[in-house]
Amino acid sequence: MKLSLLWTDIMVWFLVISLLAWSWVISRSPQVKKQWHTIFKSSIAMASAIVLLFYLFFTLLDSVHLRFSAQSAESQSQTVQYEGEMVSLLDLIFAHNLKGTERTYSAPFATHEYAKSIIVDKRGTTRQAYLPLKYVSKSDDLMKKSLYAVFIGLIISSLFILLHIFWRNRDGFWNEFKKSWRGETLLPWRIAYLTVIFLVVISTWFYMMSFNYHVLGTDKVGGDVLYQSLKSIRTGVLIGILTTLIMLPVAVFLGVSAGLFGGWVDDVIQYLYTTLSSIPGVLLIAAGVLVMQVMMDTHPGWFETTLERADLRLLFLIMILGITSWTGLCRLLRAETLKISQIEFVTAAKAFGVGKLTIIRRHIIPNLMHIILISVVLDFSGLVLAEAVLSYVGVGVDPTMYSWGNMINQARLEMAREPMVWWSLFSAFVFMFILVLAANLLSDRIQTVLDPRNKS
Amino acid sequence: MSTVLTVKDLSLMIGRERLLRSVSFEIKKGEIFALVGESGSGKSLTSLAIMRLLPDVISVSSGEIKLKNNSLFSLSELQMQKIRGKSIAMIFQEPMSALNPVMTIGEQVAEVIKIHLGLKKEAIKSRVISLFEEVALKEPKERYNWYPHQLSGGQKQRVMIAIALACEPDLLIADEPTTALDVTIQAQVLTLLKTIRAKRDLSILFITHDMAVVAQMADRVAVMRYGEILEQAECKTFFDDPQHPYTKSLLKDAMGIREDRKTADVPDKLLEVEDLKVYFPIKKGFFQRTVGYVKAVNGVTLSIPKGKTLALVGESGSGKSTIGQAILSLVPVTEGTVKFENQDLAKLNQTALKPYRQKIQVVFQDPFSALNPRMMIGDIIREGMMSLGVGPKKRALQDKYIRELLLKVDLKAEYVHRYPHEFSGGQRQRIGIARALAVKPELIICDEPTSALDVSVRSQILKLLRKLQQESGVSYLFITHDLSIVPVIADEVAVMKEGKIVEQGSVLKVMETPQHEYTKKLLKSAPKLPNSK
Repeated sequence: MKLSLLWTDIMVWFLVISLLAWSWVISRSPQVKKQWHTIFKSSIAMASAIVLLFYLFFTLLDSVHLRFSAQSAESQSQTVQYEGEMVSLLDLIFAHNLKGTERTYSAPFATHEYAKSIIVDKRGTTRQAYLPLKYVSKSDDLMKKSLYAVFIGLIISSLFILLHIFWRNRDGFWNEFKKSWRGETLLPWRIAYLTVIFLVVISTWFYMMSFNYHVLGTDKVGGDVLYQSLKSIRTGVLIGILTTLIMLPVAVFLGVSAGLFGGWVDDVIQYLYTTLSSIPGVLLIAAGVLVMQVMMDTHPGWFETTLERADLRLLFLIMILGITSWTGLCRLLRAETLKISQIEFVTAAKAFGVGKLTIIRRHIIPNLMHIILISVVLDFSGLVLAEAVLSYVGVGVDPTMYSWGNMINQARLEMAREPMVWWSLFSAFVFMFILVLAANLLSDRIQTVLDPRNKS
Repeated sequence: MSTVLTVKDLSLMIGRERLLRSVSFEIKKGEIFALVGESGSGKSLTSLAIMRLLPDVISVSSGEIKLKNNSLFSLSELQMQKIRGKSIAMIFQEPMSALNPVMTIGEQVAEVIKIHLGLKKEAIKSRVISLFEEVALKEPKERYNWYPHQLSGGQKQRVMIAIALACEPDLLIADEPTTALDVTIQAQVLTLLKTIRAKRDLSILFITHDMAVVAQMADRVAVMRYGEILEQAECKTFFDDPQHPYTKSLLKDAMGIREDRKTADVPDKLLEVEDLKVYFPIKKGFFQRTVGYVKAVNGVTLSIPKGKTLALVGESGSGKSTIGQAILSLVPVTEGTVKFENQDLAKLNQTALKPYRQKIQVVFQDPFSALNPRMMIGDIIREGMMSLGVGPKKRALQDKYIRELLLKVDLKAEYVHRYPHEFSGGQRQRIGIARALAVKPELIICDEPTSALDVSVRSQILKLLRKLQQESGVSYLFITHDLSIVPVIADEVAVMKEGKIVEQGSVLKVMETPQHEYTKKLLKSAPKLPNSK
């Protein structure tokens, strides 16, 4: 067994580490710390942040890839052979689901298939019947199991919460507990704990039920929809975060330069983004993806596994999306920079002989921050949704890769069936909706707090 | 005389906070009633309450407003709509934003007449033109088809007055109608309002913060503070014998009395500007060709002695701010020399300029945009020190230095860790002054530092500037359009018009015996308090 990280894994972990480093920096400056404290005073922001953390947790679980050594007969050979497949931690946790593939569609918590099949019995007569599912235990009592799962979920979540209260322990554990219970703490910890309980109980229930049932049903080829939805989290979050990360420096750099320096710099940048944004986005992305596809087809030796191949395609897609989507933000930032650079505090800085770079860093960027922040989060939601559109056109992520876009794309035909197969679309929709909603709510709060003009 | 408007015990609340406290006054027919007060005193709220245009969050907790004999609060919204515009009309401070930019001014006046009087098309047009004649708008027939952007500020205010008069209202509410205008235009608009009053026997509720304008316009005056009317009197008795201590201090601040300064010796010249020309290129077309020049400053010569103040007076667009920017080397000098201690700044590059950046500093007009909202006060003041290497190098010592500076400009030392939005306009202006002082300059260019401030705050800031000059011997170039503060702050005056200086000399000489026609006109237009010299 060895750890083998994909390119996107490395980027995700790098991002998480830099986020941690950033929060450490924040915790050292009392003013910024106070601002973030104010942000989380809103219970909606707190709950949204916890939901986002949950999504991030699943992304990280799915971003540690392992390769097991092959169980070959010639174990004496010096070099260890590895299996062709890479598995993530999430795959290991849901190994039973991977194995338990059914024949075809089945509804959530169903014991039989969704459509009748023709069967020939021993006597030779043919009839139509709902076949029982292979990996569902019929005899079990659903209620009893559910209660047990909820109980376990409660225990796990209260363990987390008690640990957290113990860690926060300011004036005695018991006092702190009482304060949290009554909602008298400075930050809305009660809401936070309720969210944690809710999420942990739901996920434990889903997980424990997934041993005996297909909680969210199965798709056309019998794959478990819950597993697919969970795997899709990584794709969605990755496209959302990494694309904005690629696009952001370009947009900020070009937008601020155009606004501040003016003259020919402004002209060149303006012509560049006007040209770029006048080409239909989907066309540009499709062209980029097709070029990349051809390149990958001619160099099959680049990838050892299909997962690596899919991953590289995802990475390219992220880059292409990043390159095509900076224009809007750039335009906004240019206009805002033009405005700010005429304001008197910038003139004052010039009168002090402060250099251009310092003016950008100290006076312009901080005053653009609320625009950057809000457009990043809006773009994040937009990109998660764009992935769905691109997969529909066929230029999205690799078809073998789990993504909400692919799920929705497949659901197109399922919706036309009679009776309708709704659970694939429904799961993708709910998972995507919660992610985008939480991101939007949090960004709303961040924007209100960080924008100094909103304070009275 | 019959009473047109009666406001009785009017109180307004927002939540549990009281905004107005039993405000009562009456306006008689043909009377100009002035409501005076500083910003936030509740003048505009009173006028909005009369129009019943208060925002929903503000509720009327008690009181009554009567127009002639109709109680306005008992009317339905539909009836009130007929009152607005027809019986009560309003003109605003900012004529630019009160006119619709995509409609011709004629149409905008015609619209009001159509709604309220329902005349025929031709009748409306002739009426609009006669209104334009009444507000002394030249060539009224051609102007009918003009758009607001083709008019100057004063002309726009005339159009606003025409709209207000269109339906022959009983009461005209003028909310700071001349604050945004230059002195000469202000004088014209005020005269116009008085003529119209005399001709139509119109009642005017005149809201302003400018005591001198009140003295010129009003028949009766009421002073407001914190939502209360403190004093109400006939205009003459009001200025001769003010009763309330707040009114007394307001009048004193507006008058700007200063102790006489001895001019014992003739000091050295600190800054000498000779034949300064600043032209801005007009660029057009695809390749940004230069097609012409705006001559913002066209051959200006002036000098500032050490430790003295030169006031640069002129109307908007006269190029006075550009001179300030040119001295700060923030705009390129087209021609001429800016000599600071015998060194021509116009010829230096950015690096060679740096030592002089420390010696010349600037204080701005708008205290709200002059401070970066994202920076703490301490960091704002520190910025110049760090950039120019002035003051102590160690952070702890710097903090101490900044705290001392804040005390010097009469702020509290603990403001270091606050952000600009937590302060009032006057406090921000003090922070701006502290920022300039931090690098120990020898010349501070004050670009209209008091024009955005209330009267009492204005006099405090002027006092502070004088105190600092006496302490440190700094010189000021004081750019202003407000003639009333010139004798308070300045030793010398230069009057500017269209990029040129028309008259220059000591304050006494220029203010008492002006030579140039333009200076005479300016001094004549400026509203004066009755008992000032």
